[in-house]
Amino acid sequence: MDHITTEDVKKHVRGYVIVFVALMALTIVTVAISYLHLDVTAAIIVALFIATVKGSLVASYFMHLISEKRLVYLTLILTVVFFAALIGGPLLGLHDTIQ
Amino acid sequence: MQQSATTERRHVESVRHEEHAGFWRTYVFSIDHKVIGLQYMMSALVFLFFGFSLMMLMRWQLAYPGKSIPGEVFVLLPAVISAATLVIALISKRKLIGLVGLTFAGLAALVWYLVSDEVLFPDGVMVPELYNSFGAMHGTIMVFLGVVPLAVGGFGNYVVPLQVGAPDMAFPRLNMMSYWAYFIGGVVMLASFFVPGGAANSGWTSYPPLADIATTGQTVWLLGMVFLITSSLLGSINFIVTIVQLRANGLTYMRLPFFVWAQFITAFLLLLAFPPLEAAAVLQLMDRLAGTSFFLPSGLVISGQALEVSGGGSPLLWQHLFWFLAHPEVYVLVLPAMGIIAEVIANNTRKPLWGYKSMVYAVIFLGFMSFIVWAHHMFMTGMGTVISTFFQTTTMIISIPSVIILTALMISLWGGSIRFTVPMLFALAFLPMFGIGGLTGLPLGLAPTDIHLHDTYYVIGHFHYVVAPGSIFALFAGLYYWYPKVTGRLMNDTLGRIHFWGSFFAMNGIFFPMLIQGLAGVSRRLWDGGAEYAHAQDTLYLNEVMSISAWVLAVFQLPFIFNFFWSIRKGKKVESDNPWDATTLEWQTPTPPPHGNFAMVPQVYRGPYEYSDPKSPKDYVPQNVA
Amino acid sequence: MQIPYTVAARPDTGLHNSKLGIWLFLASEVMLFGALFSSYILLRVAAPEWPHGSAILNVPLATLNTVVLIASSVTMVMSWASLMLKDFTKYRRYMGLTIVCGLVFLVVKVFEYGAKFSAGTFPGEDLFFATYFTLTGLHGLHVVGGIIVNTYFWGPGSRMWNTEPRRFTNRVEVAGLYWHFVDLVWIFLFPTLYLL
Repeated sequence: MDHITTEDVKKHVRGYVIVFVALMALTIVTVAISYLHLDVTAAIIVALFIATVKGSLVASYFMHLISEKRLVYLTLILTVVFFAALIGGPLLGLHDTIQ
Repeated sequence: MQQSATTERRHVESVRHEEHAGFWRTYVFSIDHKVIGLQYMMSALVFLFFGFSLMMLMRWQLAYPGKSIPGEVFVLLPAVISAATLVIALISKRKLIGLVGLTFAGLAALVWYLVSDEVLFPDGVMVPELYNSFGAMHGTIMVFLGVVPLAVGGFGNYVVPLQVGAPDMAFPRLNMMSYWAYFIGGVVMLASFFVPGGAANSGWTSYPPLADIATTGQTVWLLGMVFLITSSLLGSINFIVTIVQLRANGLTYMRLPFFVWAQFITAFLLLLAFPPLEAAAVLQLMDRLAGTSFFLPSGLVISGQALEVSGGGSPLLWQHLFWFLAHPEVYVLVLPAMGIIAEVIANNTRKPLWGYKSMVYAVIFLGFMSFIVWAHHMFMTGMGTVISTFFQTTTMIISIPSVIILTALMISLWGGSIRFTVPMLFALAFLPMFGIGGLTGLPLGLAPTDIHLHDTYYVIGHFHYVVAPGSIFALFAGLYYWYPKVTGRLMNDTLGRIHFWGSFFAMNGIFFPMLIQGLAGVSRRLWDGGAEYAHAQDTLYLNEVMSISAWVLAVFQLPFIFNFFWSIRKGKKVESDNPWDATTLEWQTPTPPPHGNFAMVPQVYRGPYEYSDPKSPKDYVPQNVA
Repeated sequence: MQIPYTVAARPDTGLHNSKLGIWLFLASEVMLFGALFSSYILLRVAAPEWPHGSAILNVPLATLNTVVLIASSVTMVMSWASLMLKDFTKYRRYMGLTIVCGLVFLVVKVFEYGAKFSAGTFPGEDLFFATYFTLTGLHGLHVVGGIIVNTYFWGPGSRMWNTEPRRFTNRVEVAGLYWHFVDLVWIFLFPTLYLL
């Protein structure tokens, strides 16, 4: 954040307001959908999809991940890979057991 | 203008502050990475000794099951060390050595308290519950309070900022907090011996459901672990930022000493593998304190009584989360050791390391792979063939980078004019010892052979070859190697050699017979060492061999302990700041390095191991020479 | 002695020390909550039946809390932007709002917990409530930590603005990254526990 001008920050601020509105809208959508009582698989997919969109908005704009440095990306990519292993390994173990 | 004036004033203030820093700020709540490193080192050495003492008591029970223990003999050892260090403290007038002496006196008292307790040692015989407690605490103390704090907290803290040419760690206050979190964790672990039911007794792995229903000691163990995890988390962030951000000008990644690379990867392992164990510890705490059943399946019956919990949990979940940490943890124990060995070998062969780049790539790959091999500890849990095949394949793959590193180190010896200094002896012994440890691991990583070997003494023999004559020898090498930088004096050579040869034979006397017993099918964690089992009878005599070797090993640590404290004031003075003629930056500082380390900000011009350069007048060129 | 790059970015990485430090810390937090999510998934998949969160938890209150926490994230980032625009008064106002939102979140949480406790529902009830209390409890602790840090930077810590404004702005940015992460965790916790 070394070379950010006043103009840039003002532009950012407008962005934050838009993101805030989007987050609010998505919150309403996800709660509304939950009252439709979809079947479990569909509900999980929709809810996690919306959560991922919301999460990405927070990470990209509030946490400025959209314009971060290479080193931060590398760290996070590594973390995501291990995160996937942490979720996937135990699940695989659950589905592949000797009967 | 005003800005620079403030900076200047701050600078002056900080200088004045250092001059007037009192005893507490200088030695106890110091933010200097070198003092913190030494604090880690001393605490870890005491814990190593304590963990070893627990094992010496257990080895009596294994060699002579049901026979009364000669408590006085076992108290004698810490008592002698205590007396000797107190005498040295008086002669050399060092209060801090006196503190160590008092700590050993405390240890002697603790051992005496335990051994003379009529409940724990009725008629002088250790009860099985205490044996279980000692086993669990031996593992916990050695891994989490001994080897890792010494390798990472001690050597990492002292050496890494020096080797990257930094004035200190990136976050000095965080560094101090990391030590104190470790210290509290250690105190909590020691305190657990005094709670009702004694210390944790479900093994260092704390498998549920056993650990969920164990005595209070297990709760204390979990709390202690939370402190230790916090400590290593703070430490690992600090290491990564220091190495990435504070590298001196010209010190590119491929010019970093291998030790720094090893610590760098280790820090990533600690950073990303420990949180799942923290999560698991939280879940187990909930199980124990809030009555949840994360790890308790339905329908558990204990001593004929149905357990009153909601059930539905999964004991395997703990194993997954535990080994997600604990396998990378193995590499946390080993990588810094390899780093030390690389430094010592390059310095004492007077040659550049052979295949430095492939070693670096190997260590990166190894760190990455260590996250996806964990389930090879769980072949016996009823895993199917698909997942077993996956994990045994990744396990075989991860052995490749270890072999690359070890081979590169061995080839580095070829054609060198080797100086057989004491650190070099330990480094040379590390190579075959770690080799045995690694090779004996292969049958454990393959599901078919693991079915026979799982939970036998073979497993114990295997990983002790990796960490005891492996990592601990490397740590000894590091202690002898960097001692003159810290104190300005050399440790006595003859005492060092006695220490080395005694330890070398004793270590093998302890751990090799374990492999034999394990192949014969003797299970680990048996209170009587297998005396009640028919299949164990043929190898039972080995128990005495191992126990006597363990006690011999203890005796051969005496010259080391004496040498270590005596030489602080009475050792031979070094003639220069660089007594080993080394190339890396830590030797280009005053001895001992002052607060802030370097007199001038160093500029690096070359790789880490430029030895035997025919063009240079001496046989080595330091990294900061143009 | 001065540690380099505490304020200015190191040229080759483009980061100052604490920025890299906080991202590493957040990476470890991802693994912490990742392990808890992994446990949740494993337990749920293995369970013969799993209650529908909206049937037994208070969705309107949780929705309110989601709104409050997202709002606090916006005020947090606005407080940083105010510092970038050299407007300290605005910074204090936005940071104050962030702290208030955090406290409101906790108060709502206390009512939620209280209702469950007074109805005789505790973590030991079943696996669903075990995960619910553990995950929201741990998240709540993170909120408490964030409020403490933010309060420090709102109060005594803000004196640094007069001596080292750039360093102070960095600090607020780093505290903000942590706060947004706590928000992010909640964005996933909310549907997982309450809506599915």
